[in-house]
Amino acid sequence: MTALNDELPLARRRRARTGYAYFLVLPALLPVLFLSVVPLVNGIYLGFTDARAGLNQTTHFTGLDNYTGLLSNEQFWASFKIGLIWAVSVTVIQFFAALGLALLLNLNLRLRWLARTLALVPWAMPPVIVGIMWQLVYHPDAGLINEALYRVGLESLGTNWLGDFSTALPAVIIVGVWAGMPQTTVVLLAGLQGVPGELHEAAAVDGAGAFRRFWSITLPQLRPVIVAITSLDFIWNFNSFGLVYVLTAGGPGGRTMLPMLFAYEEAFKYGHFGIAAAMGNVMVIIIVALLAVYLRRRMREASA
Amino acid sequence: MNRTSKWYWRVLQYLALAGYLLFLSFPLLWMLSTSFKKPQELVELHPSFIPRDPTLANYATAFTEQDLGRATLNSLQVAIASAVITVIIALPAAYALARFRTRVNKVATAWILLSQLFPFILLVIPMFMILKQVKLTNSLTGLTLVYVVWSLPFALWMLQGFVRNIPRELEEAAAVDGATRFQTLWRIIAPLLAPGVVAAALFSFISAWNEFFFALVLLKKPEMATLPLALAKFVGIEGISRLGPLAAGSLMATIPSLIFFAILQRRLTSGGMAGAVKG
Repeated sequence: MTALNDELPLARRRRARTGYAYFLVLPALLPVLFLSVVPLVNGIYLGFTDARAGLNQTTHFTGLDNYTGLLSNEQFWASFKIGLIWAVSVTVIQFFAALGLALLLNLNLRLRWLARTLALVPWAMPPVIVGIMWQLVYHPDAGLINEALYRVGLESLGTNWLGDFSTALPAVIIVGVWAGMPQTTVVLLAGLQGVPGELHEAAAVDGAGAFRRFWSITLPQLRPVIVAITSLDFIWNFNSFGLVYVLTAGGPGGRTMLPMLFAYEEAFKYGHFGIAAAMGNVMVIIIVALLAVYLRRRMREASA
Repeated sequence: MNRTSKWYWRVLQYLALAGYLLFLSFPLLWMLSTSFKKPQELVELHPSFIPRDPTLANYATAFTEQDLGRATLNSLQVAIASAVITVIIALPAAYALARFRTRVNKVATAWILLSQLFPFILLVIPMFMILKQVKLTNSLTGLTLVYVVWSLPFALWMLQGFVRNIPRELEEAAAVDGATRFQTLWRIIAPLLAPGVVAAALFSFISAWNEFFFALVLLKKPEMATLPLALAKFVGIEGISRLGPLAAGSLMATIPSLIFFAILQRRLTSGGMAGAVKG
């Protein structure tokens, strides 16, 4: 490449170049390796031990003991069920809401700039603050929702949204949708802008209406984007923590106890590191299994 | 499509857009309104949408009484340190990844995707144990270290996209003029990479500024708390009359990320993701 290097034999030059590349990459590689990859592998291993918090604790390999324990732990499975309801509802509702918004933003409407800006705001907010904000909205006395219901004469519908057994999970799901809309909208919008305009024009000339064009042109073109973003959303939602921690901390009575909250308490409230790590492992396996089913089905659809 | 159907389509579209605007904005407006309300107005039975007697006192209270001032300084320290360190480490690596075809490139991309899959709990327990051994729990240094490692892969991936856009000929010309590799990197490439560096630095600043879970696990002393931690601790402890300062503090804590997104806004919504990544 350079004048100097041209005089070196090819093999030596290549070796020198690779060495140089590794020299530049190493400062980034080492921290990631030792503070991210190694802990992760270690974390997976901890799931097969009786590790506990505290100094001077000896850790023993216990094989599958943690998992047989988890199998009979009803609270864990209850939390898992809540986690699935939460992740699936947020992902699905968010997807349809974001698709609608992306389609609108792709049109030439007035006030589009305002919607575009507003659509990004939840993304810019720390999850903790989104949680605090919705607490203000749901507040039983000083909250917006109960007051709005009172003003329109539906006071009887008002309740302690985050504290009531039946409304806590739906209320939290709405916040999840609100908080996750931007990513999904932005990705879908990018996908929509990638759909060739000629396809639409050709279909319009052939007399296809708006619905028909959406169904047989836009949707098939968007499919890879849809599959990617819904998969990612599902993973993010299933593993989410901060938002619900601030909103309800898992309450009332464990009605919003997402698996991550459960595992966090197991680890840092009770000090059961091994069991918490085992929960993490179960979560990964179930997520991967669900994604595999979902992706295989979408693939088959695409090839059919 | 004929004219009449077009007309009611438009109306429907605007109605839908209005619905979205309402849904997206009402929690924000409510928090804004709460932040201007006096304590006596907050405890009243029926709150009004527009504060009757708006006050800025909550913003002052937020910083003086709630230890949010110290938390802000902690957050600033951690976020700035992790942004600077991330960029310094990522820049040479990004250059190497973009210019030399190594396997590291694929591995880094795979790692970014794979790491999304694992719940933080698997990472945070061993990390906590490691940091405990070297006495870096309850320390902003330890937290910074975690944040650097966490934002490195994505910063790397972002930066190498920027390096790709710089023509190789520039480097070759510098080499012909007798510049060493390092001189080329710092004198020629680095200045051209300024927009990429800004983007990567902002990205890691915001990730650190917004992060909650690791801070919650690693920092137990109240005087170490970062801003999200301090705000989260406040929820529930305080009575209804304290909602005003809480709202005010929350709004102020959002400002840095809002600025970041204001800068990226156009790229995010018009050029799509590729534009934000490649510059």
